[in-house]
Amino acid sequence: MAVRVVFLGKLADLAGTDERDIAGPLDWDGLLATLSDPLAEAVAGERTRIAVNGTLLSDKTALSAADGDEVALLPPVSGG
Amino acid sequence: MAVTVRLLDTPFNPGALVGPFTNAHPGLGGVCTFVGEVRGEADVEALELMHYAPMTLPGMEALASEAVARFGLMGLLMVHRTGKMHPGEPIVLVSACAEHRRGAIDAVDFCMDHLKSDAWFWKREQRGGTWRWIEPRADDHRDLARWK
Repeated sequence: MAVRVVFLGKLADLAGTDERDIAGPLDWDGLLATLSDPLAEAVAGERTRIAVNGTLLSDKTALSAADGDEVALLPPVSGG
Repeated sequence: MAVTVRLLDTPFNPGALVGPFTNAHPGLGGVCTFVGEVRGEADVEALELMHYAPMTLPGMEALASEAVARFGLMGLLMVHRTGKMHPGEPIVLVSACAEHRRGAIDAVDFCMDHLKSDAWFWKREQRGGTWRWIEPRADDHRDLARWK
């Protein structure tokens, strides 16, 4: 078991993958530390949101994920 | 009352869905349907829509419920494609039926504005063999602000 991190939209291109497993527990600083610089910068951008198990965080820096959780990194949507 | 919300990863025929939807609501006063297709711009070869399963469909279902309540609908049909599409293919279908035309027309407008800028979809297009992500447009946010 680990924390599954899911990259959406252009974040998947930056990450070179759609998802990655990271050993938990995972907080905001821990997440940024595992990402490459351009990816960390995009994730830290004010328009990128984070959801844990399908629920949006109102404050992404309060991220607190455990093994088995799914953390989605959501860049701004570009509509249908 | 029928509220149907679907995500499809293969092409669909809007007419084949709207006919049965309309027939399922005898006594309606009006039905309004919008179909969005991949625009046939000169050098666009393909469009790809990415979604996030745990949030995209639940978000669309919440939007549908809000529209039904806000506009007093008799029924609502909302269908959205994901995956790779080519110019001319339908991307989205919203059809609303109500006792009076205004509710049906406004509900479709409301749903489309929210699907464009407040639903969990990420879009990229291929031009000249190169894929490029589409950024949100200021117009989309202005459209959304009309409903606040």
